[in-house]
Formats: sequence, structure tokens, C-alpha cells
Amino acid sequence: MTPAVKSSAAVQQSDVVLRYLRPHKKFPNLWCPGCGNGIVMSSLVRAIDKLGLAKDNVVLVSGIGCSSRMPVYLDFQALHTTHGRALAFATGVKFARPDLKVVVITGDGDCLSIGGNHLIHACRRNIDITTILINNYIYGMTGGQISPTTPSGSVSTTTPYGNMEKQFEACELAKGAGATFIARTTVYHTSQMDRMITEAIQHRGFSFVEVLSNCHTYYGRLNRLGQATALLRMFQEKAARGKAKSIIDEESKDMIVTGVLHRDDEKTELCDEYQKLLDSLSKGKA
Amino acid sequence: MSSLQTTIEAPVTPVRRSKVDYSQGPQPVSINPTWCKKCNICVALCPQNVLDTDRSGKPVVAHAEECIQCGICWTHCPDAAITSNYR
Ligand SMILES: Cc1ncc(C[n+]2csc(CCOP(=O)(O)OP(=O)(O)O)c2C)c(N)n1
Ligand code: SF4
Ligand code: SF4
Repeated sequence: MTPAVKSSAAVQQSDVVLRYLRPHKKFPNLWCPGCGNGIVMSSLVRAIDKLGLAKDNVVLVSGIGCSSRMPVYLDFQALHTTHGRALAFATGVKFARPDLKVVVITGDGDCLSIGGNHLIHACRRNIDITTILINNYIYGMTGGQISPTTPSGSVSTTTPYGNMEKQFEACELAKGAGATFIARTTVYHTSQMDRMITEAIQHRGFSFVEVLSNCHTYYGRLNRLGQATALLRMFQEKAARGKAKSIIDEESKDMIVTGVLHRDDEKTELCDEYQKLLDSLSKGKA
Repeated sequence: MSSLQTTIEAPVTPVRRSKVDYSQGPQPVSINPTWCKKCNICVALCPQNVLDTDRSGKPVVAHAEECIQCGICWTHCPDAAITSNYR
């Protein structure tokens, strides 16, 4: 068989991410070698490309953190805001321009500590925003302090004898607060991640995708878990795909439950409600 | 040391047969040498053992004939440094 030339067939091309990088930015990116943030970045690009969204109709909003650097590299509308406030800015953008697709890229510190309040209220409002939480179990950018998702017992620079605190279950939190699409995946499961992000963007309402990622530079090194590859292998082993029924499955305590964890297509979306109100008011006037 | 780790992590024998005859055309995948940060994720995850590291730690195509174009290397590269010449 003669080698087939690069075809423009339905199959997704390997260089799709290159078409979405900002031309004037210096590459490679600033992330450490092997950092999961880059894996999520190309997955997000593949999802957007598959959905055929125009670059100018997608707004990436982020706060501060290693993960929050992502919109800087991608050639979409970008809003790189203050620490923890990405969802507050994103709510404003979506409310003013409901025709745009708004995607928030956030880290576990950004989303769950300083930005925790914005998260629960965005979930409660069920506003049509896609939130991608890159959970690397630690504050990467500032040097490895504990975050609300650092597992109990884990070492960080602020917990040299092990973390005494309990963690947030981010997906449970989002569900309790009212998010209508919740999924979890890992940087090892790239094809699942592509699917989850695609579905989340398509979903009308607040969608929350937690991507478990590797910060081997801090979390991995301080806990002697090895380099990027070792952490990816850990996700591969621990993920119980489709096996567990609930978010925290009693039998799978040390397992990672991935896939779509919750979905509600009945709940009304905030921008739709607002439009309805505007329509009824303008009818009353006429 | 890193090449030893790779040998342990990757399967010893390739699991699937490649359908493309790469001897007639370009390499199955190309690695951008200025963007690659030598994290070795691609080398470790390739199910067919196509990639290996050179002395400097950079990935190189060592067994082109085994490549099945599965996409595991380019979807896992955090730096968009690998692209296929066939997909
Ligand atoms: C108001 C404010 N407080 C604190 C900081 C310092 N700070 C910058 S990034 C960060 C944590 C980021 O952690 P995370 O959101 O988990 O992202 P990661 O770097 O791990 O991707 C903190 C505390 C800041 N920039 N602004
Ligand atoms: S410090 Fe951690 S999160 Fe930040 S770039 Fe490095 S590996 Fe990634
Ligand atoms: S995954 Fe990418 S950055 Fe890492 S070694 Fe392979 S080509 Fe280089």
C-alpha cells in the first residue's frame, strides 16, 4: 500500500491545535515539560474545532494560575482576569452577549478557594458557561501550597508533615450548587476528554468538567510520585471508567470515577429566562 | 536511566500490525525539535514502541514500521510538538 497523503477526511488531523495558536506568541509555552495543562489545551481545541465554532465566537475567560495562562496562547477572544474571578467576568460576558460561547479555564485554587463563591453562584444560576477545572491537587504557579483538593496526608510546601484538612469533591459541590452538566476526566484519557468537553460546550446551561491533571513539578515531586509519565499512569490505573454509579462510589474509594456524572436538561437557563422577560415586557408595551 | 524506564513501561511486543508502508514516504510522525521539552510522555505512552529517546533525551522515531497512527503521542503531547504526516 502506498502511503496516503495527509487527507482532509472526517478524521481529526494531528495538527489541528497548531491552527488555533496565537501567531505572535512565543512557543513553546511557559508550562513545565510534561505539564497536563498543555494536554487539556489541545483537547479543548479539538472539541471546538469539531463543533465548527468560529474563533471570534468563542470567549476564553481565566483567572490566575498556571492553568489560567491557557487563553493567552489560543487565538480566541480572551479575558485573563484576576485570581478567582473568572466566573464573575464570564457571567458578565455571557449576560451581555448570549450569542457567544463562553468557556472558563480555571485551576483548583482559582476555582475552589478564592473563587469558590463565584462557582456556587454560577452553578445556582445555571448560566450557559462551560467551566473546565484543571485539578492538579496543588497551587502550581505560586510554588506548591495546598489547595482545597490536596488529598489528606499529601505533602505540600505549606504542609511539610502532610495535609490535615479534608478535600472538596468539586463535582459534588457543583452538583449540590445546581450545575446541570457535570463530567470528570483525566489528562490520560484524551479521547474521553475530547468528548466530555464537546458535550459540555454543547450543553445549554452551566457545565462543569473536572480534568484531573499532573503537576509533577510540585505535587508529584513533593509526594515522590515521579515525573509526568508516572502521574499519567496513575490516572490510567485509578480511573474506573463507567464502573461506578455514583460520584463517590463506596467500593471505589481510591478510584477515580470518570465520565458524565450528572446531567439535567430540564432546568431553565438564565439568559433564556432573561430573554423571555424582555420579550414579555416589550409585548406589554406594544 | 530514562531509556531504561521507557523499556519497562512500554509493552515489549507491538500489539497491532501497521497498515501503512512507511518506507515509501515520510516518517509516520514528525517531532518539532524547538517546541519539544523532552518530557518523554510520547515515548512512554506509545503502545507500539515506535518512539525512543536519543542521547540528549529527545524523542526520535525508532521503529517507523510499527506505527498504527493511533494518535496517542500527538494527543498527549503538552507542547503540540508531534504531528502525523499521514493524518
Ligand atoms: C488576589 C490574589 N491572591 C493570591 C494570588 C497568588 N496566586 C497566584 S496563582 C495562585 C494559585 C493558583 O493555583 P491554581 O488555581 O490551582 O492553578 P495552578 O497554578 O495549579 O494551575 C495564587 C494563590 C494572586 N495572584 N491574587
Ligand atoms: S508548576 Fe505544575 S501546574 Fe505549573 S506549569 Fe509546572 S507542572 Fe504545570
Ligand atoms: S510529548 Fe511532546 S514535548 Fe514531550 S517528549 Fe514527546 S514530543 Fe517532546
